[in-house]
Amino acid sequence: MGVPSRHKSLVLLAGVIMLQVVLLAVQIKRDSQGRLLRVWTVGAVSPFQRVGAKGIGNIRGTWSHYFALQNTSRDNEQLRRENDELKLRVNQLQSKASEADRLAALLNFRQAQHNVPMLAARVIGTSADTASQTIYLDRGERDGIRRNMGVITPDGVVGKVVESYRDTAQVLLLTDRESGVGAMLSDSRIQSPVGGTGEPLLSMKYIPTDDTVNVGEHVVTSGMDRIFPRDLPVGVVTEIKTARPFQQVRVRPAANLQRLEEVIVLLTLHPLEQKKEPAGPPAEAAGKSIGGTAAVTP
Amino acid sequence: MMNDAFDLRLAETHIEVHKFRSGAIVAATFLSLILQVFVPVYIPKFAVLDLPLIVTIYFGLSRRNPSTGLLLGMVIGLLQDSLSGPTVPLGLYGIAKTIIGYLASSIGARLDTEHPAARFAMTMIFFVVHQGFITLTRRLLLAEPSPWFTLQLFIAAAVNAVVAVLVFALLDRLRKS
Repeated sequence: MGVPSRHKSLVLLAGVIMLQVVLLAVQIKRDSQGRLLRVWTVGAVSPFQRVGAKGIGNIRGTWSHYFALQNTSRDNEQLRRENDELKLRVNQLQSKASEADRLAALLNFRQAQHNVPMLAARVIGTSADTASQTIYLDRGERDGIRRNMGVITPDGVVGKVVESYRDTAQVLLLTDRESGVGAMLSDSRIQSPVGGTGEPLLSMKYIPTDDTVNVGEHVVTSGMDRIFPRDLPVGVVTEIKTARPFQQVRVRPAANLQRLEEVIVLLTLHPLEQKKEPAGPPAEAAGKSIGGTAAVTP
Repeated sequence: MMNDAFDLRLAETHIEVHKFRSGAIVAATFLSLILQVFVPVYIPKFAVLDLPLIVTIYFGLSRRNPSTGLLLGMVIGLLQDSLSGPTVPLGLYGIAKTIIGYLASSIGARLDTEHPAARFAMTMIFFVVHQGFITLTRRLLLAEPSPWFTLQLFIAAAVNAVVAVLVFALLDRLRKS
């Protein structure tokens, strides 16, 4: 009464699929992500990504420093970094409010965030699935990176850390369907979360039909998510469709999320909203942050 | 008619099961996963390729054993799941690639798939079927909205099929003579 040999593979197929369906169900039920297998796989793959990224960096470095004009290239690099720092500062200052209390709040923020440690990290990989928008960084737990830390570039918000491994961290980009950030319109200060759609453009979700929104208006962080400080650039309004009860507002991300090679991680889990006391850095990260030339303090 | 039938039977009996150098399958699988997550950082359009799928199809068609084909597909799929974002639970690609591994090795056992045109057609069909199962899993098991068949899907299938013909030719060199 055994299974005929020609049907054995079919039985195995059914068994293997059932097993994976149960695995899926368990993950949904327990909100677990099968961390063990992910840790192993990422641990096995990330050294090669790191070597590859370093190799490409070296090739680029060799090309730009030896085959191109040596001094000009270095000067350009330094100027680019300074420019990035200045852009970040200018972007924050551009959206300062006209009223005194708003200016005071901004000043308060700048004072409060003065000591927020930041860490420059290189992007070494992307998601193996085209539908999920994630990247891997060459820094991880050993560098003080933890889940839910914010990630930015001098151009704007990038996303947040969703998983931190020993030497690698996974960042969920703003464009992912599961992603979101507390945001507001820079002119009218109307607040609404901005979320990913799985496409290059973001969606500003809860702007009432009666409120005025203009194409080209800048969107900045509101600080309400307690991950990102206020007034970091999120994007620019590119499309508005009237609907009820909320308008459909599309936003082009300020940071170039399609082509990220270096990012900055906000090395703090303390709420970044207005604080009297400067946020203290995590103990492990305190000695490692900021020191790098690409690290930026707002 | 009789001659045709005879030829078909003859063709079936002459289909060769290929063996590979030791470590070739593991190395090809690992390399495909590394390239899949690494290259799009510098060339974003590379993400349209599904190299782990191409490797699954190739070894399925070559080994021609449905049991090993589906198990290899499962392993590659689960590894791909674990390198994807938090919106991809373990099993999403695992299920799709298990089925592709099974189908590829079953078809490989019945048809001669050595010709580039056959490989192109097979990969294109398997790519669409693979995406179909992913969409089905997303909709049925994860309750996520996901489009069925779009023009982009068929373009991606054609691009993957072209690349697969080249990759298959490279992987042929790993066969034991």
